[in-house]
Amino acid sequence: MGWREKILKRSLWVYHLATGPCNNCDIEILDLLTPRHDVERFGIKLVGSVRHADVLLVTGIVNRKCVPRVLRIYEQMPAPKLVIAVGACPMGGCVFKGSYNQAGPLDKIIPVDLYIPGCPPKPEAIIAGIAKLLEKLK
Amino acid sequence: MAKAVIPIGPYHPLQEEPEHFLLTVEGEKVVDVEVHIGYNHRGIEKLAEHKSWQQVTFLVARICGICSTSHPIAYCNAVENLCRVEIPERAKYIRTLVGELERIHSHLLWLGLAGHFLGYNTVWMWVWKWREPVLDIFEALTGNRNHYDMLLPGGVRRDLNEEYFPWVRKELGELKKNLEMLSKAILDDPVIISRLKGIGVLTPEDVKNYGAVGPTARASGVKIDVRKDDPYAAYDLIQWEVATCENGDLLDKVVVRILEIFESIKMVEECMDALEKVKGEVMATIKEVPPGEGIGRHEAPRGETFHYVRSDGGSSPIRHKVRAPTYVNLPTCKATLPGSQLADAIIILASIDPCYCCTERVAVVSDKKKEYLTQEDLIKLSWEKTEKLRRKYGK
Amino acid sequence: MKEIKERLGDKLLKIYEHTPNRIYLDIKREDLKEVVEYFFLDRNLRFVTASGIDGRKEMEILYHFSEDSTGKIYSLRVKVPKDDLKIDSLTSLIKGAEFIEREIFEMLGIEFTGHPNLTRLLLAEDWPEGIYPLRRDEKGIRDLKERNWEKKNG
Repeated sequence: MGWREKILKRSLWVYHLATGPCNNCDIEILDLLTPRHDVERFGIKLVGSVRHADVLLVTGIVNRKCVPRVLRIYEQMPAPKLVIAVGACPMGGCVFKGSYNQAGPLDKIIPVDLYIPGCPPKPEAIIAGIAKLLEKLK
Repeated sequence: MAKAVIPIGPYHPLQEEPEHFLLTVEGEKVVDVEVHIGYNHRGIEKLAEHKSWQQVTFLVARICGICSTSHPIAYCNAVENLCRVEIPERAKYIRTLVGELERIHSHLLWLGLAGHFLGYNTVWMWVWKWREPVLDIFEALTGNRNHYDMLLPGGVRRDLNEEYFPWVRKELGELKKNLEMLSKAILDDPVIISRLKGIGVLTPEDVKNYGAVGPTARASGVKIDVRKDDPYAAYDLIQWEVATCENGDLLDKVVVRILEIFESIKMVEECMDALEKVKGEVMATIKEVPPGEGIGRHEAPRGETFHYVRSDGGSSPIRHKVRAPTYVNLPTCKATLPGSQLADAIIILASIDPCYCCTERVAVVSDKKKEYLTQEDLIKLSWEKTEKLRRKYGK
Repeated sequence: MKEIKERLGDKLLKIYEHTPNRIYLDIKREDLKEVVEYFFLDRNLRFVTASGIDGRKEMEILYHFSEDSTGKIYSLRVKVPKDDLKIDSLTSLIKGAEFIEREIFEMLGIEFTGHPNLTRLLLAEDWPEGIYPLRRDEKGIRDLKERNWEKKNG
């Protein structure tokens, strides 16, 4: 384990990117910050700029208008980069599969480290997913 | 003074949906705004043409996660209008109950975010804490926290378990108490009042010109509400009032929504009373969908949702048109934003409760020199104004 | 109802009442502005939206107006022949029509004469010209998808 990964697993700063979702995963992500789930106690924090982030949290089917923005945001992110796909949409498109505006599953565009399935995943599931990712880093 | 263009968007860490605004400013004053949307376009109208009548219900539920029962209600109304079918009475009450619970959770969500934009993070945390029991109620009654998928053309998919009703009443009673406390606290605070009063006024003329709907229109004194005007489900079977205000500024938009939450709690309780008496089927059978056209509407938390379907007698719609309330409410920012201060821009954009706006970064372009403000800076700008006012009022 | 018939006279081609609250009126393309003026200004109805439909023979646009005092929806049906896809824009009358006209323009390729800013609303900037997703006979979408895959993989 390099020193970067060692520091990384202490507290993750997360940047949230919506690429054509239905809002629901996004609300559940916001819900994580509020008193019942309160992920800030683990040091996890949503940040305003991708340049500060360790983790890119992506929701949505990745629509055509978003593709150049997703690529650009991924490039702007400092290494080591972790990408989490939240919900069924970035994995295969959920009910929107086959739409003319779907640019494809997220992993065809940028590499993905963790998939959290569900429509939408419960906040507990998102926390469990992130905990598993931290395990993997060890 | 030199004009500058400030792009807000398309990405923002706190809002759900990406949207892109270009604000033209002169100093601190906003003079023009341009809206770009489409970062969320999923081609649902085309997809609906390849799904069966039943499947479309689940597709439209996923148009928006916050109004995930509004679109199905409007769609089912449209199909039932097309087939001229009347749904069973018990199903009507269940639809109303789910629809009103959704309004409570959606308005609470907005109230919390509005508090965050004003620099009152306590409001955000409190309100979202109180929102959790509403989601628990959903989970107990429908099986899901979000995306309840309760509806099908002809009725509802499953019956409610009445054992939960006493507990639901208790939770809603507590929510009511908390909200009364919060609304007094909000309306007593001189800082919040001066941040909201007289800002971002939407006149009744603009409501008509832009066709604005929902709380955005009702805050300006335009009393339109599909639930009253064109009743469907059980809205003509229970007693309730339409909440309106007069000034059309941000304060009234907050007040209207708080009043609506109280009204909705009352309606949910009435529906539960009725459901304990009215028994029977929850599905009417629709054997086939005849050729023709149907229009269905529902008053979603944000305003009127409109669905148009056309059938050729086959197994799926040949055209399905959806108009969400934000589609007509969003352009109203062209009327409300110009003339306001930059620090107020974020709360004005948020005031229509769009299924949402905003920023990844904000670039202030002036005199060819590029200076980048992050989205956080913009929120900070809003917070600083609150701080200034706080000092002024000695709080 | 009678009032509408008297006022519009022979401009009305057909009236169809599906249920008491859902009324469909067929009008000619040339009369659109005049009829909308009557509904929007004189009768003071709220403009809900417009639906663009690709009927098999011609394009149709339905303008939906809501009468909130009675709960009625009047839908004005205008037919646009496929070899001449042009219609008057309503933006000078109704500001809220700007978005929906842009959407119909990009989805069906109907041109609105007199629209101040007839550009794309929803589709991506690199969406190729001349592919209209909501047209019934649109073949271009499938090719588009494959092209895009190759680019992303390569």
